[in-house]
Order: sequence, then C-alpha cells, then structure tokens
Amino acid sequence: MNWEVVIGLETHVQLTTLSKMFSGSSTAFGQPPNTQACAIDLGLPGVLPTINQQAVFLALRFGLAVQGKIPPYSIFARKNYFYPDLPKGYQISQYEHPIIQGGGVTINTEQGHKIIPLTRAHLEEDAGKSIHGILPGYTAIDLNRAGTPLLEIVTEPVMHSAKEAVLYAKTLHRLVTWLGICDGNLQEGSFRCDANVSVRPSGSITLGTRCEIKNLNSFRFLEQAVNYEIQRHIDILESGGSITQETRLFDPDRQETRSMRSKEEAMDYRYFPDPDLLPLVISEQWLKEAADALPELPEACQQRWQDQYDLTAYDTEQLTQSKAMADYFERLVQTQPPQAKNYANWILGDLSALLNRTETTWEQCPVPAEALGQLVQRTEDGTLSSKMAKIVLEKLAQEGHSVDYWITHLGLKQISDPAALEQLILKLIQKYPTQVAEYRSGKQKVFAFFVGQAMKASQGQANPTHLTTLLQKHLSGPA
Amino acid sequence: MNLEQTSLKTLSRDLHQKNISSVALTQSYLERIQSFSELNAFITVDPDKALAQAKLADARLARGEGGPLTGIPIAHKDIFCTKDWRTTCGSKMLSNFIAPYDAHIVQRYQSAGMILLGKTNMDEFAMGSSNETSYYGPVRNPWNLQKVPGGSSGGSAAAVAARLIPAATASDTGGSIRQPAALCGISGIKPTYGLASRFGMIAFASSLDQAGLMAPSAEDLAWLLNDLVGHDPRDATSLNRTTEDYTKHLEQPINSLKIGIPTAFMGSGTHPEILKAIEAALAHYQQMGAQIIELDMPHLSLSIPVYYVLAPAEASSNLSRYDGIRFGWRSQEARTLSDLYALSRGEGFGAEVKRRILIGSYVLSQGYYSAYYLQAQKVRRLIAQDFTHAFERCDVIMGPTTPTPAFNLNTQRSNPVEMYLSDIFTIGVNLAGLPGMSIPAGFTSDHLPVGLQLIGPHFSEAKLLQAAHQYQTQTHWHQQFPSGEPA
Repeated sequence: MNWEVVIGLETHVQLTTLSKMFSGSSTAFGQPPNTQACAIDLGLPGVLPTINQQAVFLALRFGLAVQGKIPPYSIFARKNYFYPDLPKGYQISQYEHPIIQGGGVTINTEQGHKIIPLTRAHLEEDAGKSIHGILPGYTAIDLNRAGTPLLEIVTEPVMHSAKEAVLYAKTLHRLVTWLGICDGNLQEGSFRCDANVSVRPSGSITLGTRCEIKNLNSFRFLEQAVNYEIQRHIDILESGGSITQETRLFDPDRQETRSMRSKEEAMDYRYFPDPDLLPLVISEQWLKEAADALPELPEACQQRWQDQYDLTAYDTEQLTQSKAMADYFERLVQTQPPQAKNYANWILGDLSALLNRTETTWEQCPVPAEALGQLVQRTEDGTLSSKMAKIVLEKLAQEGHSVDYWITHLGLKQISDPAALEQLILKLIQKYPTQVAEYRSGKQKVFAFFVGQAMKASQGQANPTHLTTLLQKHLSGPA
Repeated sequence: MNLEQTSLKTLSRDLHQKNISSVALTQSYLERIQSFSELNAFITVDPDKALAQAKLADARLARGEGGPLTGIPIAHKDIFCTKDWRTTCGSKMLSNFIAPYDAHIVQRYQSAGMILLGKTNMDEFAMGSSNETSYYGPVRNPWNLQKVPGGSSGGSAAAVAARLIPAATASDTGGSIRQPAALCGISGIKPTYGLASRFGMIAFASSLDQAGLMAPSAEDLAWLLNDLVGHDPRDATSLNRTTEDYTKHLEQPINSLKIGIPTAFMGSGTHPEILKAIEAALAHYQQMGAQIIELDMPHLSLSIPVYYVLAPAEASSNLSRYDGIRFGWRSQEARTLSDLYALSRGEGFGAEVKRRILIGSYVLSQGYYSAYYLQAQKVRRLIAQDFTHAFERCDVIMGPTTPTPAFNLNTQRSNPVEMYLSDIFTIGVNLAGLPGMSIPAGFTSDHLPVGLQLIGPHFSEAKLLQAAHQYQTQTHWHQQFPSGEPA
C-alpha cells in the first residue's frame, strides 16, 4: 500500500511588542514568576482588555509580506476552556473573522520553488506557563507570559513530508525575524509549531483522520515528531486499525509522541465575539503605513543580488539567513569597488566563524561593514595576504581601530615588491644548495620547502603569488 | 439631620456654608444604617474608613476648597471594586476578595470628594430581580418588610428609600436599577450604554451591563451623573464624547414634549393600580403641555427570550474566571484539578448563578449557537430598530416600570421564569443600549410604590432628567419615604 502524507502547520509567533496584547504589562522574558502580570492579565473581577495597536501593526506587516487578504475589519472572539494557566477561563483570540486571510510562503525545495498557501493568520493572547515538578504535589503557575501577543499562522494541509514541513517552518522563521515582528528565539518559546498529520492511500481524495502534535519548539523535534507520527499512523492502518483524532505531545527523550491526558477542557470552545472589544477596523492609512514599513523581502533580496552581483543562489540563501547579516552585506556592496563575491566569502566564512566563536549576533557584530570593506580592498590591492587579513580581522573584532592601523602596527604589509622577494629568495638559494639541487634534479616536492622557508623568513608576509612565480624563476634558473 | 432636607443640593449648600460638618453628616448616616440593619441593605460598612474620609473632607471645606459633592456620603453597590474594601458581588465566591484597585466610577466619586460609607447588598453577580439570591441574605423593602425591594440593586434601592444614604451607585443589565427604584419609590437612572466606564464593575453580561445611580430625586441624579459619565481608555466600549452638564436644562419646562406609549406596555398583564397611577402621571404630563401618542413596537415582546439567551451566554464566559485559583473561594475538599474547579464553583456559586451559567454554556455550544445565540443577536437588532422607529415619532417613551408592585419575599423562588417576567418593561432598553429612568408616580392601596419608566434615544439623559424633574416639581411622590421606626 502506498501512503500519502498530509501535513498542515499552525505556528504561534510571539510578536515583538513591549507590552501585552490586551494590557500594558511588559513582555520581557525571564523575569521572576508572576512579576509581569497585572490585574488585567490575572483576570481579576471587573478588568477589561484593550487592544495593543503595535501588535496589530506587526500583524499587518506579516499579512502584506505574505500577500494575504486584509479585510477592512476583524473580530476578536472568546475561546472558552478551563485550565489554570488561562486566568480568565477564556482566551481572547479570533475565530470567524481573522485579521489576515490567505496568503502564501514560498519555500525553496530541491525540486524548485513551491508556494505553501496559508489559510489565515490571526491575533490572540498567550496563556501562562504550567510548571510541573518544582513543587512536590503541586503544579506551579507563572502568569508572566499570560497575555503576550501571538500571531497564529495556519497553513493549508499541503505538505507531504517532515522535511517539507521543516523547510516551511524555517522559511517562516526567517520571514518573521526578517520583518522584525518576532525575535525567533525557539528556546524561549517565541516560535512554536503545532503539526497536524494524517495519512491516506495514494490517490485518495479524502483526508485521513489527523492528529495534532503540539508545542514543537525546535526544527529537529518538528522533524522527528512528524516522522514518528507518520509511521505510527501507517503502522496502525496497515494492521487494520483506525486513527483516533487526538492531540499529542512529542517526548524528545523517548523520541515518540504521546496522547495528551484528556483534561477537563471541553473540545467545544463555545466561540463567540468578545463583547468587551469593538471590531478591529483596518484603515487605508494604517495599511499604507504598514506597507511603507515593509523591508525588501528575503526572496527579492536574493534575486536582486544574484542578478546584480552574480552571486550563486546558495550564497544568497546563506546571506539572507538574517536581516542583520543581509544589511551588513548590503552596506559592504555599497562601497567602491563592490566586491560582492569576496564579501560573501568573508561574511559566510571567517566573519561568521568569528561571531559563532564569540557567541555574538550579527546585530552586535564588532567589525563595522566599512572596516571589512577596507580589509577586502587591502587584499585585492596586494597589501595583505589572505592569511594576514585573517589576523587583522581578529584584531579588528577584539580591539577595533582600522585596517591600516593594524597593518602598520603589526608590520603586516605584504611583501610584493619583486626586488625584496628576489633578495629573500637568493638568500635561501645560498643557504640550501642541497635542496636546490634536489629540485633541479626533478624533485618537485622540494618547492614547498622553499615556499615554507620564504614565508618563515618574511614572517608570513611574502605575497604568495609573486613568491611562487619568482621562486620558480630562480630555482629553475641556471645554477 | 432633617431627613426631609437631604437632597444633594441642600447637603452641598449646608456643608459649604458650614451648617453641618461632613463628619457629623457621616456619623448620622452611619447610625441610621445601624438602626435599620434589619433591612440588610449593606454587605460592608466601615465607620472608621468613612469617618477618616469625612475628616479630610471637612479640612478641605474649611480651606474653602472642594466641589459640589465634597463631604457628601455615598454607597457603592457591591459590584464595584473598591480598593482595600471587601468586594463580594453578593456572592460566597468573593466573600474574601479585597479589591486591589478602584473601579473607574469609584475613583470619580472619590475625586469629587464623596465619602464612601459602605457596599450595598445585591443579587448574586447581579442575577436576580428581588435581591433574594444574595449570599448575604435578602434585602427587605423599607415600605413593607415582608416584601422584596427588587433587584439586583436591592440594597442600594432600600438604602436610598430608607434614607440611610443620600445616594448610591448601582448597575443595570436588564432593569436592575429601574425595577428596584420602582419597587422602593425612588428615582433611578441607567445611562446610554458606553457612557459610564465598566472598568472595575464586575461583569455579568458585558454588552448589557451599565453603571447607574439611585437617589430620591431626578435632580439628585443629575447632580451625580456628571461624574459617572466620561471616557475611560481602559474600557474599549467607553464612548469619547464632549462632556455635558446634566443639571443645565433641568429647570426648562417640557413644553410640547411628545410622549410615546407602547400599547404593549399598558396591557392587561399589569397590576390595575399601577396602570391607574401611570395613567394619572401621563395625564399630569399632558397638563404640563405634553402630547401622548400610541406606539406599536412589534418585537418588544421578544425582549425576554432574547435577553435570557444573550445575558446568560455572556455571563457563562465572564464567570469562568471564578475558579478559586488566583483569588476567591477555593474548596478545601478538592484533591484533583477537576475537583478544584467543580467543587470551588459548586460551593461558591448560588443556584441562580449556576442556572444561568448552564443556560449560557448551552446556547453557545456547538450545534446550538446558530439557533440560539446568533438568532437572539439578530432579534436584538430588530428590537433596537423598534425603538429607533418609535423615536422618530416621539421624544420620550413612558410606561410602568414593573407589571406588579413589590411582591412577597420567598414567593417566586420555585419558578425562575416568573421572576424573569418582572423585567418585561425594562429589558428592551438594555438590549438597545438606551438610557432609562424610573421615578416614583404614586402608591397602590397597599401603600406600595409605583414607578414610571422614562426611556429616551441614545444620549438623551438630559432630556429624561428634565422631564422627570419637571414632574417632580409638581408632585411629591419622590419626597416620601417610609416613616417606619427602626425595629
């Protein structure tokens, strides 16, 4: 039996507002428990919600970026269920009239571009956190997170493998961080995926019974959980059983999904429009402001760089991993002369490695784009060998100053002057007559010895290309 | 203290002229509350806090400072959060809840310098029409201790009627200000939905709840209304309009005010003595120059079923937060999470509240939402349209506030639906978000008060108050209060 897998993803994206969706409490992460929950977040008697305009604005930017439809108004609805980390006993969300409808995210698969259509995206508030195991016999509730703005982004069920799902999730992750609407921190729970998985016989037009795997907060777990679930479904169906529609959790330690113990919460959320909030009206003016605030999107950026600077698709994909990195590259290519390929190599190679080593983000990059530009310039004009350039890069990162400062300060100027090199070479020939003879008698490997010695003698500053040419000339010359 | 001379206007003058001190005034009212404790009008009274406020008020008055309301005592219905005071909403669920913040309107009256004496009794979570569902015991009608005062603002109504307080705040979701005002022979007003902030007013049915006032006269209400009304950015349904002075046009004659009477209001289901009193009141208005026209409002009879779908629906959601987890009643018997919810809420809520939560959950549930909730919202719109059309033909709608006078305590318990029917004239007003008043218009032969209801278009409070006040300059019903001695 051939099985077709059908996957849809719901992603909860925490928006980068300073305050919560319906109250003025701070959204800062990592604070002592229950220090960021005001009367409104606690659902005390008599409190009322009011809408965080910035959260709406960020949602609009997302909607425009995915070319979704933004109706002139949307409605907040109450999703009613009981759980201790949900203070009001309902979550303010959106139901029949979400802020964004449709839209799509383009993923770059091995077979080419594929658009993943979105069903919708809507605004809602996050619940608090239930922490088991720290108080014996009790569950600890921290309501700091209760009320944080979320944008829930729902795809159509059009993905057919865990790999595809992960690719979508990563692309979406890049988009929301690129737009600056989410900090993308998976560990802190800023970006959480729920995967809906079902299988059906190939060629069937009806969908199989699906299961939802909740709260996957890493791409690795997403892939593992989905793969496990697919196999679980296939195993059950092939042995004649049927799938129970349910919600499951992924256990990363045991690498399996488990049914969530059925809670008091009813499946029926009794949605109705929240009478405490007016319909959210999106004016033309607001849409225009959101559109104006949109940066060039990663795909457009990639295409432009491929066209303008002749970079490969792979290079541009790498360079658009983060907006900060992309901005850095963009600043570089504005310098004269633009050395796009070189810049790409430096950014993706040594500079990325340096940032990783020092656990620094691109936003905090200690080497200004202008300095790197200078560095590349100095390697191009022969002043610095690439080996020396790496040393200068380290120095720039640790201590600042300028490229020329370090060249002078460390005496790193590459020796390219033929006369100086020849002098050096002649000294070596005098010093090592045996090796010269070996080379002239056909032992090519000895060449490397001379290169090494020349580098040593010049403290690594000999221009390698010139050195090679001149060594060849003199070593092969008349004895 | 001469109880006949306790209009806000008079008290204000006496305080500013130093004829009386706020402390003395407060003391008098505290004593009176104490003497009439059998009415059970109050859930909480705090003499120490009250006198402390009064002292501060006297200091301000001595310096020649303070506004018109400075130093005058007020009581808040226990539905309004009052900082550092117990706020119970008439329920066991909140019997230990000390509000950590003030409701918006509480802040307004505090800024105006009024002295908070206590929190008045009410039907539990504002669900009731007789003040018999309160966990803190029923309130008695000062005119006849065997009768109910009406509800849910029974405590505020009884306190004002017995002159235990010059005025009190209250709330009205389906008639909870107007109906008790009528049964207790006082004046009450529920403003247009959205004029008074709901922030800090414990929610029952969010799209229907509105804060309002109770006092002996329309003039008293006008004096207080300026501080009740006003935009509050913490309430998304709070309107932002230019401020009005509701006392400004009180003295203007009504001239040829067009009064509309819905035929449905004067039908045979109403107590004949009430109809008589209302007809006399209308005749009086005609003498003053008003025109009476008959109105046909075809959907008005659907008000009760619509209300008893929508209000419980919203309530079932609004009351979900009462789970004993962060505040309020928590069952000591619970061993599991499921127990915690079921037992805390089972123990904390009374029967009427549970009934409405169940009804509300039902009408919102899958499979029933369209037939009940959605349908009710559509019919609500039709009822509101009936009023809009009516106001094209008249300036004010009048009629009896209630179909019967105050009924005996303990009579309607077994049949909730009968209880619901006592709101038949008032409920449509909340569905349409209109302003409504009730003023005293006479007595039955049993000497039980009769209330006249006035309903106006949105934002017509000034006109309603004017019409009411003009009637009150020529009649004396509103000046009467039970002469009963304390038991």
